[in-house]
Amino acid sequence: MTIKYTLPARLLHWLVALGIIAAFALGLTTDSMEGFSMQKLKLINYHKWLGISVLALVAIRLLWRLSHRPPELPAQMQPWEKQVAHYTHMLLYVLMFAVPLGGWLYSSAKGFPVVWLGLVELPNLMDKNEELAGTIKFMHKIGAWTLVLLAVAHAAAALKHHFIQKDDVLKRML
Amino acid sequence: MRRTALFLSLLAAGTLGQAQAAPADPAKSSVKFVFTQMNVPVEGQFKKFSADIAFDTAKPDTGKVNIAVDLAATDAGSSDANQAVQMKEWFNTSSYPKATFSANQFKPLGGGKFSATGQFSVKGKTANLTVPFTVKPDAKGSWYEGSFPLSRLAWKIGEGEWSDVGAVADAVQVKFKLYVAK
Repeated sequence: MTIKYTLPARLLHWLVALGIIAAFALGLTTDSMEGFSMQKLKLINYHKWLGISVLALVAIRLLWRLSHRPPELPAQMQPWEKQVAHYTHMLLYVLMFAVPLGGWLYSSAKGFPVVWLGLVELPNLMDKNEELAGTIKFMHKIGAWTLVLLAVAHAAAALKHHFIQKDDVLKRML
Repeated sequence: MRRTALFLSLLAAGTLGQAQAAPADPAKSSVKFVFTQMNVPVEGQFKKFSADIAFDTAKPDTGKVNIAVDLAATDAGSSDANQAVQMKEWFNTSSYPKATFSANQFKPLGGGKFSATGQFSVKGKTANLTVPFTVKPDAKGSWYEGSFPLSRLAWKIGEGEWSDVGAVADAVQVKFKLYVAK
């Protein structure tokens, strides 16, 4: 009998996963679009809305995680394997906060406030600053790529547990 | 003799009822605007303009204002937008490089507030426009400040797909601050 993560934890996990994939795909798309167009304007806004949604969900997730102990990892896992899993999860959490916050900061630096879903205007995190904006965008990009590559490793590890070790690591989250 | 000349010139100025037009100080003056893009307010600025102002708060009906904005020097919030705004759909600066406002009808609104009515011309279209403003004198001159919403569609600024007000709202808030030294 597999002891699973609680239902809210599972829902939040998969919602955040979908949000990150969609936001990353949109980010790559808009970043490769030249010039100024209606399409680009819309996609950039959708990207921002997704990013802020992910940030909010991750904040809820973290609070839930801190107040609910996750199910134990399989006893047959080596201590170092558990350590690697633990630090990967910590780094994923750090990036899930840092990447959307970086995007929000970049938007402020460019002089474009973030208006979530076109409804809620968020405060600017800094004054307009074109010089810093370039650096912030670069950091946002590096962070996003690191997050996505780490998430791919995370998913690969889960699949390895499921199909090779045949343990219940993946099932805990389904 | 000198005194007589001065007296005569003062008299002439008085009878003609025209105050001397003076240019606004470009270092202290600004013409900014806020447009709304998918509900996101974005601030821009007209970086090059000239403003000649003749205005006496005691005799508002003798006032005269001429403002010319060089639209090629528009900061629309980002480098992409700065290029886009030059295009045919927006200002079409190659055909219409300037926006102008010439006003000679002024009304006092009370409390240091006035309104200026005149011809506003942009992108080949000229129409009447009334602009509210306040006058605040300081030791060395006067500040003329105001803010008013301008309908971009009335002057065809943003045509084709850009006429969609869901993407860019029709009302653009124009904010000006002009300083004229004595």
